[in-house]
Amino acid sequence: MKRVIFLSIALLGVLVLNAQTPEERGLQIAKAAEKADLGFGSSSVELKMTLKNKNGQTSERFLSTKTLELTEDGDKSLIVFNSPKDVKGTSTLTFTHKIGSDDQWLYLPSIKRVKRISSNNKSGPFVGSEFAYEDLSSQEVEKYKYKFLEEKGSLLIVEQDPVDPKSGYTRRIVTYNKDKGYRIEKVEFYDRKNSLLKTLTYSDYVVYKNKFWRAGTFLMVNHQSNKETLLKFSEYNFDVKLSDEDFSQVALQRAGK
Amino acid sequence: MKNNKILVFFFSLFCTVSGIAQKEEEKKISQEFEFEIAAEYRYFIDEGQFNGQENHYPSVSFQPEYALDWNKGYESVNFKGFLRLDKDKERTHWDIRELYYQKAKGNWELNIGFKKVYWGVTESNHLVDIVNQTDAVETFDGEEKLGQPMVQFSWITNKIGTFDFYYLPYHRKRTFPGEKGRTRFGVVIDKDDIAYESGAQEWRQDMAVRWKHYFGIFDVAFSHFYGNGREPLFVFDNLGNINSFYPVINQTGIEVQVTHSAFLWKLESIYRNAKAQKFIALAAGLEYTFSNINGNGLDIGVLGEYLYDERDELALSALQNDVFFGSRIAFNDTQDTSILIGGIFDIEKSSKIFSIEASRRIANSWTAEVEARIFNDVDTNELILSNFKNDSFLRLSISKFF
Repeated sequence: MKRVIFLSIALLGVLVLNAQTPEERGLQIAKAAEKADLGFGSSSVELKMTLKNKNGQTSERFLSTKTLELTEDGDKSLIVFNSPKDVKGTSTLTFTHKIGSDDQWLYLPSIKRVKRISSNNKSGPFVGSEFAYEDLSSQEVEKYKYKFLEEKGSLLIVEQDPVDPKSGYTRRIVTYNKDKGYRIEKVEFYDRKNSLLKTLTYSDYVVYKNKFWRAGTFLMVNHQSNKETLLKFSEYNFDVKLSDEDFSQVALQRAGK
Repeated sequence: MKNNKILVFFFSLFCTVSGIAQKEEEKKISQEFEFEIAAEYRYFIDEGQFNGQENHYPSVSFQPEYALDWNKGYESVNFKGFLRLDKDKERTHWDIRELYYQKAKGNWELNIGFKKVYWGVTESNHLVDIVNQTDAVETFDGEEKLGQPMVQFSWITNKIGTFDFYYLPYHRKRTFPGEKGRTRFGVVIDKDDIAYESGAQEWRQDMAVRWKHYFGIFDVAFSHFYGNGREPLFVFDNLGNINSFYPVINQTGIEVQVTHSAFLWKLESIYRNAKAQKFIALAAGLEYTFSNINGNGLDIGVLGEYLYDERDELALSALQNDVFFGSRIAFNDTQDTSILIGGIFDIEKSSKIFSIEASRRIANSWTAEVEARIFNDVDTNELILSNFKNDSFLRLSISKFF
């Protein structure tokens, strides 16, 4: 009997899906992906960033990131630079908002100064990398409009149009994997002239706490400049039990020293 | 070298405190050591106005840093030392910039030892920032500070902001350039000749408190300081003698920043009250950034600030009724190339100060800096600034990080 009910629900589901517009289905997938990642509470991770220019020369940066999950509003995050040594301790504290501009503070350890900075610059590169600030900020459902494009096996391909006119993109083509907790496999970025600018590929996925899929490697390739940025994540920790006090301006100064 | 004894005293006190703290917690410990060596060359374009001043000043500085963390980083001991060797014997100096024990737990944080704190929002003048003494021989802009012995207690709340309480048991005197030094007055000021109004002298027990909070786009702070002033007061009597001392002051400060799209609106102001002197001073202005102009990360910011000081010509900063215009250019490239260009213009007099500061990383562990300050058309009636009218300089600096 149980099986019959399950089957009917599944059938009903298919019917409902078919009745959806591509916009509705796109939004539904984004919401499903958000839901699949709900409840991680807080996490910390170490990050190695390798920048490669078009001649193949590389330079490296090491960062530590802490994230606090919030459900009513966007997440809070704290990023600390550990290298290069001349910028060691430079840190940022970001309160993402589902609607409106994010709040962001920068800490400069050499003069011990905390500065509120404008989060207006979304399209600019993060520390000379191929990642724009908007690529690294918390991905809230409300920040895009959606359009489902196609389904290839377990892969769902959705077009996302940024709501914010300050975004550097007209659209992003995002590939979700519905069988693996709606993890993202690939994102293609189209610039303001609607030509392909960058491709971000996620790999080395590990599932934490039987639920949270995290990629160990992000590779961003810029097709227009032929530059690349590789992110390698290590020491993911979902047991750090961080609280609001770990994301205060006092904590920002403590993190950067 | 009287100060050195005191530094040693604080150091031993500090080692005892951190020693006790360390026994209590035996969890994972991490430590880091770093070292910066910087070679600097300052070239003063004009002949010195006063005897003994030179044109070429090669110099070298060393900055060791050590940090020991435990209890998941909620407890730490931090050290930063500084040593400079220069032609000017007063600019040859060393300092404990930082040496403190820190403990954070829930909604509070405690710091004990030598530490540096920064207050303020404006760029061209730092009025509110009073906790640390300025290292006046190190840079002309006054942004380098001496380590201040303190107990700092921070209480963090989500609803009503952050409160910082400071107990400052010891005052550090400002060092002025020696006979061979530039940017000095006609008379060489020996820091030991400057007395105190307070009978307790440098051991006067000073206090400060600061409240800081933010409401949407508004960041606001109020502060109050009660103790030995950080700026010495120069009083001229009828016979032309200079009497100089550190007054006991009450200083109330306010800081406001409004961050709206690419605009930063800034205001900071102080009211300082001493027996010999009462005045207000203010700095207010805005910064606007055109970001990612070329689609390749180029940011150009424009800044404008108005500076007022009721002390008029007695203001040590000489910023009594001036405007500042500047531009901050950041390339956001892999070398973090950035340039800050500015000019300070006196509204009533002809005096102008132009400046340029540029920096860039070379390879992974080197940085290069260029700085120029040009004193232009300094009015001969300027009490303070007229002493520096021949002190336009160019500075090159290369740092290596280990």
